Amino acid sequence: MSARRIVFTSGKGGVGKTTTTANVGAALAKSGKRVVLVDADIGLRNLDLVLGVEKRIVFDLVEVVEGRCQLRQALIKDKRLENLSILPAAQTRDKTAISELQMAEVTAQLGEMCDYVLIDCPAGIEHGFRNAIAGATEAIVVTTPEVSAIRDADRVIGKLNERGLPLRLIVNRIRPEMVRSGDMLSVEDVTDILAAELVGIVPDDEEVIDTTNRGEPIALSPDSRLAAIYAKIARRLEGELVPFTSLTTPGLFERLFGKAG
Amino acid sequence: MFEFFNRLFGTKPSSATAKERLRLVLLSDHLSLAPDVVEALKNDLIEVISRYCEVDAANCDVTFERQDKAVAMLANIPILGMQRPKPPAPPPAAPPQAPPGLADEPAASPALATTTPSVPEQAPAPTAKVPGKPGGSNGRRRRRKNNGVQGAPRPQPT
Repeated sequence: MSARRIVFTSGKGGVGKTTTTANVGAALAKSGKRVVLVDADIGLRNLDLVLGVEKRIVFDLVEVVEGRCQLRQALIKDKRLENLSILPAAQTRDKTAISELQMAEVTAQLGEMCDYVLIDCPAGIEHGFRNAIAGATEAIVVTTPEVSAIRDADRVIGKLNERGLPLRLIVNRIRPEMVRSGDMLSVEDVTDILAAELVGIVPDDEEVIDTTNRGEPIALSPDSRLAAIYAKIARRLEGELVPFTSLTTPGLFERLFGKAG
Repeated sequence: MFEFFNRLFGTKPSSATAKERLRLVLLSDHLSLAPDVVEALKNDLIEVISRYCEVDAANCDVTFERQDKAVAMLANIPILGMQRPKPPAPPPAAPPQAPPGLADEPAASPALATTTPSVPEQAPAPTAKVPGKPGGSNGRRRRRKNNGVQGAPRPQPT
């Protein structure tokens, strides 16, 4: 059976695409799924760094496409989770080094060897974006509750709709206390504006900076609040109906702060 | 504390401003990104107005303008005259009240007409209508029983 191939995209850079891809992938792998993460950001590879495998890269996506190595040789197995692998991007090439067709072929091949292929898309809507979505069967749009991120997400959603790719939304870096005081758009505002189905709400958490510094996805930290949230996203991807907790109801604030997601 | 004063003096929260700004900017983004949609809208507008008057189709212009709290559609459609080039086609969805085609209906037999209320679900699809004069009526409908679905007469061979 062929895997689900999900592209994580946002339009705008810096909203947390790579972190989200790494953590959703880690959460899925933790739940027993076989997951391959693909870094499609050729020239600006970072997924390896977020996952702490940067020293183990031998071959990359471009070398696979150019036939210089076997696909399996380029995959780096995660040391913490044996069913999680990463296909790194090339760092010294640019986005034009591969074509949409080649990318689609590589992702299809990966799809034969796992349950989930998660593709980390570069920022923008040009060549790199078209490559990243070429092999995907569905998309997750990552956005933050900021005007620029939402406008870009809307543009990306338009592009994904043109391709007929089904998509869902992750609202990243929400700050419940700011939403409550009216200083930040709420998750409901974002889903209203973008008219997209939600698959995850991830609160802003400083712990992510710390775990990323160490190259350990927060989804694997045992007592982390965000680990529980990424686990919920993984369950929703599996089709389970996991209720969202509203972050905006003032009376429930204390309770929600520990339970967002 | 700031929050308190903001509320006290009725300052709009910035999230509401953000939502309003996004709504407007996305509306104009969508319009400018879909020139084919705007073109289709323009053609449809011209078509509808042409049913009532003669328009200068070559010099029509439809634009969108950002205003304070909305995006306005500005249609500039020069009208050449009121004479209709041909009889207007009935609109696809018939209005609920009194389509003109029913004028010849009172001839319908009351006995037959009473069958109508029991079968409202069997109303003919709106696409069953034909432009122009209806054929005869076999009296299966009465005007006051129409719920809008059957607003126009069905084609009936005479």
